[in-house]
Amino acid sequence: MESVTEQNIKLTSKDFSSDQEVKWCPGCGDYSILKQAQTIFPDINVPKENLVFISGIGCSSRFTYYMDTFGMHSIHGRAAAIASGVKAANPELSVWIVSGDGDSFSIGGNHLIHSLRKNFNFNYLVFNNQIYSLTKGQYSPTSEKSKITKSTPYGSIEDPFNPPELALGANAAFVSRTIDRDPKHMQMVLRRANDFKGTSFVEIYQNCPVFNDGAFFIFTEKETKKEEALFLEQGKPLIFGQNDEKGIMITDSFTCKIVNYKEEGIAPENLWIHDEKNKTKAFLLSQFVNMEQNGEMFPRPFGILYAVERPVYEESLISQINAIQAKKGKMTLDRILSGDKTWVIA
Amino acid sequence: MNSGVDFTENASVSEELESVVVRFSGDSGDGMQLTGMQFTDTAALLGNDLSTFPDYPSEIRAPIGTVAGVSGFQVHFGSKEIYTPGDSFDVLVAMNAAALKVDLPKLKRGGIIIANISGFDRKNLGLAKYPEGADPLNDGSLDNYVVHKIDISKHTKDCLIDSGLGTKEIERSKNMFVLGLLFWMFDKPLEHTIEFIESKFAKKPEIAKANIKTLNAGYNYCESTEIFINRFKVSPAKLPAGVYRNITGNHATAIGLIAASEKAELPLFLGSYPITPASDILHELSKYKANGVKTYQAEDEIAGICSAIGAAYVGNLAVTTTSGPGMALKTEAAGLATMLEIPLVIINVQRGGPSTGLPTKTEQSDLLMAMHGRHGESPLVVLAATSPSDCFNVVYEACRIAIEHMTPVIFLSDGYIANGSEPWRFPSGDSLQKIKVSFLKSPNGDNGEILPYKRDEKLVRPWIIPGSKGMEHRIGGLEKENETGNVSYNHHNHELMVNLRAEKINKIADYIPLAKPDTGNEKAKLLVLGWGSTYGTIKTAVREAIKEGYDVAHIHLKYINPFPKNLGELLNCYDKVLIPEMNKGQLLQLIRAKYMIDAKGFSKVQGLPFTTIEIKEKIAEMLS
Ligand SMILES: Cc1ncc(C[n+]2csc(CCOP(=O)(O)OP(=O)(O)O)c2C)c(N)n1
Ligand code: SF4
Ligand SMILES: [Mg+2]
Repeated sequence: MESVTEQNIKLTSKDFSSDQEVKWCPGCGDYSILKQAQTIFPDINVPKENLVFISGIGCSSRFTYYMDTFGMHSIHGRAAAIASGVKAANPELSVWIVSGDGDSFSIGGNHLIHSLRKNFNFNYLVFNNQIYSLTKGQYSPTSEKSKITKSTPYGSIEDPFNPPELALGANAAFVSRTIDRDPKHMQMVLRRANDFKGTSFVEIYQNCPVFNDGAFFIFTEKETKKEEALFLEQGKPLIFGQNDEKGIMITDSFTCKIVNYKEEGIAPENLWIHDEKNKTKAFLLSQFVNMEQNGEMFPRPFGILYAVERPVYEESLISQINAIQAKKGKMTLDRILSGDKTWVIA
Repeated sequence: MNSGVDFTENASVSEELESVVVRFSGDSGDGMQLTGMQFTDTAALLGNDLSTFPDYPSEIRAPIGTVAGVSGFQVHFGSKEIYTPGDSFDVLVAMNAAALKVDLPKLKRGGIIIANISGFDRKNLGLAKYPEGADPLNDGSLDNYVVHKIDISKHTKDCLIDSGLGTKEIERSKNMFVLGLLFWMFDKPLEHTIEFIESKFAKKPEIAKANIKTLNAGYNYCESTEIFINRFKVSPAKLPAGVYRNITGNHATAIGLIAASEKAELPLFLGSYPITPASDILHELSKYKANGVKTYQAEDEIAGICSAIGAAYVGNLAVTTTSGPGMALKTEAAGLATMLEIPLVIINVQRGGPSTGLPTKTEQSDLLMAMHGRHGESPLVVLAATSPSDCFNVVYEACRIAIEHMTPVIFLSDGYIANGSEPWRFPSGDSLQKIKVSFLKSPNGDNGEILPYKRDEKLVRPWIIPGSKGMEHRIGGLEKENETGNVSYNHHNHELMVNLRAEKINKIADYIPLAKPDTGNEKAKLLVLGWGSTYGTIKTAVREAIKEGYDVAHIHLKYINPFPKNLGELLNCYDKVLIPEMNKGQLLQLIRAKYMIDAKGFSKVQGLPFTTIEIKEKIAEMLS
């Protein structure tokens, strides 16, 4: 008979909820993200004590305080830099970065691109509400052009970043997008991010009802969702539309077109079949934000745009250390202190 | 030759000297640093005490032959104790006209010049901006010196004519000819340098052969031509018995960190972004992969310190290295580390500032930045090393304090001691004090809660690392409630926490040595109070002044925050206090503010260390 050890006791989402009062505004999209995270953690196969949340500064970054795991609420934009040190020092830990669009794409931009390039095995969540919320509503690097905010009363004059494009450009190994109001989808993406070995970049559209309400409603409201959102599934055709009647194809010249495949008699298997291992396709998907056809915008892709594993930083680091250790052997402290050349004074 | 030997009047062969300063000076591409270092190594191995001063331009290759491109290496070696690289030189090797122009002012009257004739042709004289028609080697302007004009380039060429090497490679070997000359002149063997060449060029035997041949040629040239009438001998110094090695400050810093990591039994992590003159610490530590040392070249200095904070958070001995401009970038994260109360060693190898300033020159101008350069009330520990080998002791102490007191510690070094070298009677691993580490593995609250900010008698909080079962908790940059560490905006709590953080740092004074005079008595008319790299110069000056009858003493600070407990009391034992610094009076401000004494400052901000004479004259002036 096996005795019941602590290991055997199954944790529930409650076990991941800290004793701190959650202080986001009512209706904030961050609640849903917190809930989905707490929902998946009991069964992602990571011992609770090995979970570490590192966040920057912003409404989003308060997340850390609400998870009953190890966590550090750090400084604005630097979560990825801190997480890099955590991972390099202890590769065993499951590290989750929580950041906002300002935190990651403005002040923390340098750390974002380099962590994606170096490919640590951590998860990088950006809560994108297209606004600086904690500082009460200035435009952010993902705010749409012409946006009127406190700091841009006459409209912003900058083009925004396109996060998946930025991530792919930085050689991210895993690029995904999900949204606060689709719990199941978010859980799926978070699980995939967790399972993926390498930096898993997850852009989460998050509604800020106070400073940028409704920024993503077209992707969540019944009337528009099916026309505007495209949910990617590996090996499945790109299909959307009120009655799933529309599909997307890639022409020979690598342009994309929307077809009414049912009317046009195109077999679904002849549409663009999603392949998350294809970087060219992933890049095209990232461009849908700005693509239109006869005045109709392309739908916004959600799901895993790209996922191809490649060597992760901390493993390369450890294997280099092991190889050199095997070849040279550890040097004794006395040997290090004496160096190669010594002399004796009697 | 500090005794003032004049070579012009000296014709005896193999004369014994107490100490000599040689300055190797040439174009950046002439290999003067390597030549100087080889000469130094041999002198050290033969038991001379010594001190070196590499002095190079910030441009990697400034235009050839110009004054801007002159690279110098100064070595002061002797049979007595040596604490400085010397105020002026006895021997100047000038590979070209620009080198002579830059360094002649510091050659002692009657000193020896070894000039490479081919570096003094019309073109080189022009590049060095000598006036049209000037010819210093032949126009009598050097009559007060002993000038040896040697066509080093030509001799090197002749020697390597059959070597099969290209003109460029042959030209590059000429520094070995110089080294051969100097070895003959000071009666030193070639074997150490030959060994060095053989191992350095193990994969390029033809280059090794050429270098050795040129080295021998230089040596033999003296033997056969009798160009030098004098040959000198500098006997081994009477240093304390023991085993010695030669070491630079940056190297000592690197191995001090390794030693601390071994004695704390913690893995060593360095997060760093390259910057002169700190990069050599990153380079050196990167060689110790076999010992599990992790060096992380980050995307910028902010990521350098942040990655170190991450590594400290998970239980490593974490370090970040930089110089002034990088230090500025690290300030916000240093504040986070202060708030988190985690161990972290922040190394600032100071250079001339502000901004890019004088990247390759030395200064002590970041002291107040180290003390105060964070927002909010954010005290941390500040230590400073006094000499190249002392970097080992002080960085070791920095690690000990960081770990045992859960605090960031700023370790200050500077370009002068970072690149300078001296013989070091290194300790054995066993003799190093153990560093106590304890991770909290079970709840510390009376009711089984985890209290990450509950303090011990030193006011130190526990180190709780991720991976410890049942110890999950959150920390962060927001003000925390006493003991629980939960976010708190309560105003009384904030004041309490600000006071606790400050008191914790002040309490460290109970765990560091008291201040005492390094030279002189605990009572005197004048105290010279220094900190950091001015140690050797002040010590030499004060010793000489005492010998000359001045009532003066020297105290040198390694612990700047907190100060040693008895410092205030001790300062009151002197009628006057003089504080020489390579800045505009930063320690001076701290001392005056804290102890309200009328200390006088003496500042030098030329990117150069003080000379002994400057300090001595100031002592005399203060006591007249
Ligand atoms: C160094 C620094 N600069 C500025 C700030 C002020 N600040 C805090 S959060 C923030 C922007 C937050 O926007 P975002 O990252 O999108 O997070 P959100 O609040 O929208 O979740 C700013 C500018 C800061 N805390 N630190
Ligand atoms: S301001 Fe916006 S983002 Fe911040 S908590 Fe409120 S609703 Fe959420
Ligand atoms: Mg935002």
